[in-house]
Amino acid sequence: MAKSSRLMPRDQTAHPRAYWPDYKTSVARSPRNALLSLEPTVTEETGPVFGHDILGKYDNDLIQNFTQGASLAIGERIRVHGRVQDENGRAVANALIEVWQANAGGRYRHVKDGYFAPLDPGFGGCGRTITDDDGCYEFMTVKPGAYPWPNRANDWRPAHIHFSLFGASFGQRLISQMYFEGDPLIRLCPIAATIEDQGQLDRLVAPLDMAASRPMDYLAYKFDIVLRGRRQTMFENKPEGL
Amino acid sequence: MVQPLDINRETPSQTAGPYVHIGCIPTFAGITTIYPEDLGLSPFSDGAKGDLITITGSIFDGTGWALRDAMVESWQADAAGNYPGQPGADPSVTGFCRFAADKDSGEFTLKTIKPGPPGSQAPHIALWVVARGINTGLSTRIYFPEDDHGSDPVLTRIEQRHRVDTLIAKKTGDARYRFDIRLQGEGETVFLDM
Ligand SMILES: [Fe+2]
Repeated sequence: MAKSSRLMPRDQTAHPRAYWPDYKTSVARSPRNALLSLEPTVTEETGPVFGHDILGKYDNDLIQNFTQGASLAIGERIRVHGRVQDENGRAVANALIEVWQANAGGRYRHVKDGYFAPLDPGFGGCGRTITDDDGCYEFMTVKPGAYPWPNRANDWRPAHIHFSLFGASFGQRLISQMYFEGDPLIRLCPIAATIEDQGQLDRLVAPLDMAASRPMDYLAYKFDIVLRGRRQTMFENKPEGL
Repeated sequence: MVQPLDINRETPSQTAGPYVHIGCIPTFAGITTIYPEDLGLSPFSDGAKGDLITITGSIFDGTGWALRDAMVESWQADAAGNYPGQPGADPSVTGFCRFAADKDSGEFTLKTIKPGPPGSQAPHIALWVVARGINTGLSTRIYFPEDDHGSDPVLTRIEQRHRVDTLIAKKTGDARYRFDIRLQGEGETVFLDM
């Protein structure tokens, strides 16, 4: 009998609370009713597939991709790498990872960002890659700057890179943020604080990885990611729809 | 003590923030030199079977204000109810679309083909909503008023029957529907944990 492989229920305690008064925008944007928890259907078990053929030469190099290699972005050169696995420790191959971030001065290339730190003509602020057969990925970028944001009277975001991940199914979809080891702004940040479990928050903090850095070129940070898992069993006795 | 279970915990979510467009739909955000086009521009291509439909709507916060900064992803079956990758699936249907609330009006538009019923489920389009202030992406579904919902595993499980209506689009014209999402308060949309 073939083993089936179905998504496990999502462990909602791994995630932040929706309502977090110190993060003011969440107050009016958080549902008040409980989520309706149901066993996933084919809709959640399937998902869009992105092939390596969508990737351009510079897609995973934010230092060069905005100018397609014509010039280099300003800032501290870093390589970010890691492995994507699921809750059962299985590598997630072919996972599309999209990243976006502020430039080295803490400014986003976005019409809504009015911070007076200047735009960098050599930096766009997004990139993407797809994990290999072992679930591994890497990209080059510059270390983003911290930036102030309108929330409480004097809130600053710690340096961070936004990550978007597609696993093999729509029910694994995840967006998160990577922080940097040693940043004193993490413990002051009300967005980071939405994750009440300190052990879970620590998992968003990438350590400096000197072994993966390159002398006279770049520092490296390691950021491993875990997506919702699948259980493997021969026992799927319940008829569909019940 | 007992043996360890060796289960990893999922990486926690963080808000997509106000600049999600840079990462997910950069061309929409005016960043045009990096990729040839945004992913998920359309969930189908020329030659897709089925009826072309247009769904418009807004995402309202608890004060009744339409979000200007949200991004939505949709995932759906083809006109026969098959998902991409399943046997017999329409090769002209990718099933995946990304769209954003308009920065001035807050309205979004999804042009797609009407999905068929996947198995015993009623025809539906799965949505995933992210924005500043949403700490974990919110999942919901669009159903259609003209379909039979009697055996659908989601709609039949909603205890408060009046809340079922929050998942059913309103027909506003020929092949046109309205689907509003309310994050909080009166008429709060049913969000799913599936
Ligand atoms: Fe950010």
